Amino acid sequence: MKFPRPSAPTLLLLPAFIVLAAVVVVPLLLSLWSSFTPFRLTKPDSIWIFVGLRNYANLLSDWEFWVAFGRTVLLLTVALNLEMLLGLGLAVLVEKASRGQRVLRTIMMFPMMFSPILVGFQFKFMFNDNIGLVNNALQALGLTDRAIPWLIDGNLAFIAILVAEVWLSTAVFAIFILAGLMAMPREPMEAARVDGCTPWQTFRYVTWPFVMPFAFIAMTIRSLDIARAYDIVKIMTDGGPAKRTELLWTLIARTGYADSRMGMANAMSYFAIILSIVFTFYFFRKLAAARQQIGAEW
Amino acid sequence: MNENAAHRLKRRALSIGHSVGLFLAMAVICLPGLWIVLSSLRPTVEILAKPPVWIPQEISFDAYVAMFSGVGQGGIPVLDYFRNSIVISVTSTVIALAIGMAGGYAFARYRFKGKSGIFLGFMLTRTVPGIALSLPLFFVFARLGIIDTHFGLILAYVALNVPFTIWLIDGFFRQVPKDLAEAAQIDGCTRWQAFWQVEFPLARPGIASAGIFAFLTSWNEFALASQLTRSTASKTLPVGLLDYTAEFTIDWRGMCALAVVMIVPALTLTFIVQKHLVSGLTSGAVKG
Repeated sequence: MKFPRPSAPTLLLLPAFIVLAAVVVVPLLLSLWSSFTPFRLTKPDSIWIFVGLRNYANLLSDWEFWVAFGRTVLLLTVALNLEMLLGLGLAVLVEKASRGQRVLRTIMMFPMMFSPILVGFQFKFMFNDNIGLVNNALQALGLTDRAIPWLIDGNLAFIAILVAEVWLSTAVFAIFILAGLMAMPREPMEAARVDGCTPWQTFRYVTWPFVMPFAFIAMTIRSLDIARAYDIVKIMTDGGPAKRTELLWTLIARTGYADSRMGMANAMSYFAIILSIVFTFYFFRKLAAARQQIGAEW
Repeated sequence: MNENAAHRLKRRALSIGHSVGLFLAMAVICLPGLWIVLSSLRPTVEILAKPPVWIPQEISFDAYVAMFSGVGQGGIPVLDYFRNSIVISVTSTVIALAIGMAGGYAFARYRFKGKSGIFLGFMLTRTVPGIALSLPLFFVFARLGIIDTHFGLILAYVALNVPFTIWLIDGFFRQVPKDLAEAAQIDGCTRWQAFWQVEFPLARPGIASAGIFAFLTSWNEFALASQLTRSTASKTLPVGLLDYTAEFTIDWRGMCALAVVMIVPALTLTFIVQKHLVSGLTSGAVKG
């Protein structure tokens, strides 16, 4: 036998390797190359002009890009923290409910089935300044008599996007934290109560450390598809008004497809990819540490 | 005595507060969805009315009828989009599950060099934002001539789903004791038979939940689909939703109706397997 027979795991992993290489790795290598060129879709030959790091150098001094970058990081940080807090609250509420737990749990998972694009549209409809549910309700309750320009003012639009994003993704956190709460052994809590802990102390020092790994799993899963926020922003404001809600991803789409500056867009993409990888890697590490803390096997 | 009464009062207040909080939370979760369903059943005049009409005066299924009666009426070939969505989501889910089962089995049952490195590498491919991936994919697919085809989108979605299915299925195979398969092999099964007769049936709930996630991802995906599809030959429902937005106007009622059409299959499927969904996610991920 000249060639050794490939081992079983190699054979089993081969299909995954092939698909991921064909659809993710090779295209990414291509985009890495094109980020070093002034490639435009309208001028196919321009992919052969090598300009080194010029695209990246231009980006570094591009104020608009850094504003979008900063806004993306801000949105992610605020959204993830809010989702974690609200998810925790929701999980505790559901866990404490004595009746109808199954129904509550099902309703809790409801937003997870929604397409982000659908959520974007749904909230665009609700936040519409003229016919939206939010303004109609505020006016009917007499809280305000003018139409609040939710999606027209930059800051308000950011808030509206944040609300949509949080509505969509809180369920992920709630489900995992709830699973953690239900899997938790009763004895440590009783012991804590016997030792005279206040409810807050019990929660902070007994419940929370136990539930934390579950929260980090949710964080990890969320950071895997964090860029889904693109869909929401795309349909709600499409980066507008006057680029005040422009995120990294909408900026990439605009540069790549509308301005057809593919080379530049690919250079931006690498910033976006690195951002995602940093988020995921960070939570993976946290997850591993938290798992060790509760003694789960890795 | 007084202390007792105070205590009881406090308990009661807490429980009422709890109920109110729970009700409010559930209302916030349900309201947007219900509002969409309601709006899809009302005539456009009522949606646009100022001052708002809170209680619908007349309910009609016009929007749905218009939507499904073809291009002439609503102007949007929803049936084509629906068919594309189904074909693409189901096919890519099945393929992703097959690949995921092979990969998950390899991670759960074998020791090999660089295992955790490969695993992390797989997961990292998933972190690439769809829009960032769509730029080079658009270029490659255009060159290969598979843009605006089912095949192209299916290929992309399989790659999108494989890392996550491997992760979930790996966790599930780990829960199935190794001894069971070994016992079957001692009794004369081949490894192949042992897998299908013993390990696969035991891991089925996990595989089902991985399938649902893969399906939902493909069904709901927009960033890639919006660039890799062009016409009714392959446009999916999320992309079709944009057809209702013209330059300055939006057909809210039609959009709401399409939204309902989109969400119903996803909801139905999820309810069928929802029992396994949570346990699948958590046990797969926690003990994985």
